[in-house]
Amino acid sequence: MVTVSMTVNGRQVSKEVEDRRLLVDFLREDLGLTGTHVGCDTSQCGACVVHLDGKAVKSCTMLAAQADGASVKTIEGLADGAELHPLQAAFKEHHGLQCGFCTPGMIMSGADIIARHGSDLDEATVRLELEGNICRCTGYHNIVKAILAAAGEMGGGMKQAAE
Amino acid sequence: MYSLSYRRASSVEEARRLFKEASDAAYLAGGHTLLPAMKQRLAAHDVLVDLGAIADMKGIGVSGDGLTIGGGVTHAEVAGSQEVKGAIPSLAALAGSIGDAQVRHRGTLGGSIANNDPAADYPAAALALAATIRTDGREIAADDFFTALYETALEEGEIVTGVSFRIPETAGYAKFRNPASRYPMAGVFVARHKDGTVRVAVTGAGNEGVFRWSEAEQALSGNFAAEALAGLSVDPDMMMGDIHGSPEYRANLVAVMARRALGSLGSAEAII
Repeated sequence: MVTVSMTVNGRQVSKEVEDRRLLVDFLREDLGLTGTHVGCDTSQCGACVVHLDGKAVKSCTMLAAQADGASVKTIEGLADGAELHPLQAAFKEHHGLQCGFCTPGMIMSGADIIARHGSDLDEATVRLELEGNICRCTGYHNIVKAILAAAGEMGGGMKQAAE
Repeated sequence: MYSLSYRRASSVEEARRLFKEASDAAYLAGGHTLLPAMKQRLAAHDVLVDLGAIADMKGIGVSGDGLTIGGGVTHAEVAGSQEVKGAIPSLAALAGSIGDAQVRHRGTLGGSIANNDPAADYPAAALALAATIRTDGREIAADDFFTALYETALEEGEIVTGVSFRIPETAGYAKFRNPASRYPMAGVFVARHKDGTVRVAVTGAGNEGVFRWSEAEQALSGNFAAEALAGLSVDPDMMMGDIHGSPEYRANLVAVMARRALGSLGSAEAII
């Protein structure tokens, strides 16, 4: 067993877990943060994306122990109280989800894309950057539209919104 | 995943010691090959020694004709580095084309080189850029490093602490990715060095892993342009064949990617 301490959504947490505990299972089972999903469990689909020290990572492909001392943000930590994060609001506005299973990962990846590209963001970039996130419902069209809209909302440039 | 003990090393020396103390340890770098294999129980180790906190393996630096990158530097850091873009733009392009954004945030140069996956990108750059692989005990020329599929010249417990790439006059990289796995089915790195020598390295296609395509190197020595490769092809008997593509298909891809690489010289954007 290993004692794992980290900041999750601004809250300091510390738990004793098995050394082989995956970060995604730590979040879901030990902390009850079930917004982070397990889709493929093979590092492909991106349903498990969280931010580790500000960078998007696949939490199914990390041990919780590797995140010891780090700051983790999950989908539950994105909204400001009752106020949706601009990306969450944009997904709602632009119908960026159908079944919703991929949505937490899509939104966490979207936030990472906007953080890294800022005003350089355009449709082609969003589509390329989303290659680590799989959606089986939407055809991606409205997801891309929502991320571009949020980028505009958040002060990043929106060169060309998908129509 | 079978039960294991996790140990985080803060120095190369500590990592070596922790590795030696265990009966069947493995080093954990980015973990994006090792952990999926362990989750499927295709691999098992009693101890994982995490190299992720070793500060000495994090740097990027240019000195003279060499660009040295620490073994613990992530693909995203290489892709975004102004020093890398300035010295060898096509190396930044290659790093930025590996996997996806999340994988690039975790995967490391040292991990990729040490694993020597026959479809990994970095081994092609290491061969074409006449790299020196630096370990905790010695330096190994890239030409001597990649010995077979998933096999390297590394001794048991030896750690890739960094890689020094020779800065070329110009270079380019192009690959054709499997649309599902995103691994290259053929990736070709071409480089013309300042002493006039040309190196062409191929990944993803060869049945013995990464290799130098000597006929292309000779053809390009006189004229470093795609037209010099006209009519040149690799032997399909040297190529991998699987459900994704026959040896003949891969042989053709190698020639096409080599021409495309020559069309991307000096670009920090990958041709994919």
